[in-house]
Amino acid sequence: MKVIVLGCGRVGSTLAASLTREGHHVVVIDRDQSAFDKAVQRLGEDFTNETVRGIGIDEDILRQAGIEQADAFISVTSGDNTNIVAAQIAKYHYRVPKVLARVYDPIRAEVYREAGIETICTTLVGAGIFHDLLLNREIRNCREYLLPGLDEKPAPAEKE
Amino acid sequence: MYVIVVGAGKVGYHLTRTLISEGHEVTVIEKDPSRAAELSAEFGEALVVGDGCEVRVMHDVGMNRADCAVAVTGHDEDNLVVCQIAKKQFGVPRQIARVNNPKNEQIFHLLGVTETVASTRIIYSLIDQEVETGESVLLTALRRGRIVVASVELADDSPAAGKMVKDIHLPGECVLATVIREDHILLPSGTTVLEPGDTVIGVATPQDQHVLREALLGRREARRKQ
Repeated sequence: MKVIVLGCGRVGSTLAASLTREGHHVVVIDRDQSAFDKAVQRLGEDFTNETVRGIGIDEDILRQAGIEQADAFISVTSGDNTNIVAAQIAKYHYRVPKVLARVYDPIRAEVYREAGIETICTTLVGAGIFHDLLLNREIRNCREYLLPGLDEKPAPAEKE
Repeated sequence: MYVIVVGAGKVGYHLTRTLISEGHEVTVIEKDPSRAAELSAEFGEALVVGDGCEVRVMHDVGMNRADCAVAVTGHDEDNLVVCQIAKKQFGVPRQIARVNNPKNEQIFHLLGVTETVASTRIIYSLIDQEVETGESVLLTALRRGRIVVASVELADDSPAAGKMVKDIHLPGECVLATVIREDHILLPSGTTVLEPGDTVIGVATPQDQHVLREALLGRREARRKQ
């Protein structure tokens, strides 16, 4: 499988390394060369097959990374909106079959999940696991943590 | 009209001021507390400190009753997300986004944000027109740049000087709207004779602006050789 990972932070680089180990072809995009250097220090030279330096919503960069042939696109930069926009470009413009985006903000994650983008809100997952561990409950399936209603305030009403 | 402006940088600041002075109800959302502090005396309750990309913040400022959301931060992704959420989640009838990197304009349109203002591209095209067309000056662009209004000043040796309007060959998508002679505004008819020193105001598509210029002033290469 050819996978593009946008964002070479801890999650992006670790994901790239595990996919590369399993024999998938991985391309990591980041705007910052030092992100690649840090990943090499942590995970070794072969944490990914390729790196591309540039902005993840720039079509030239995405094409350079081979998005037209990609089977999957994972957007895990530190910016929610960058992840949301890049995921939409991958899904709707390049028709990448599998697109995932990390979104820290639970509400935004929910809004875009409803709109058809598979978002993973690691805030809800992380907080949910801590919550369950603290109260000595069983850790649940990841998708259960993503269900709406775990953040306490009600979601804003939509316009009629 | 109730307008919500996201981003109180230079563009957001002046836009908010103008809208308020024209009597519109405006809320401007600014993320940076120190920037907000600079503006709070002037804008008072119209200014809200917060992240305008947050659904909660949008909700609290009454996005669901806004007539228009304008996203003018320096970050294209943020502007795009504000407009998408305003449209999808709050049903705001009109969303306008500033596009900082002209390359992104197509992405905005692709992702459903059709009203975009790409200031870099607009300024570039103004400069480009100025360089390209010499004495033909782009006055304004209408219909999001699909129609231009240009002013052409006739010189003594301009081919159109001394000709009747009906004898000037103009393409279909090109109209001579008015002729300014000294300080008088003339409505040109077919028999109006153009004179050197006239300023001709034409309306054309951007493609035909060159044809308009050539019909009135001749080809630039020819003029250069003279």
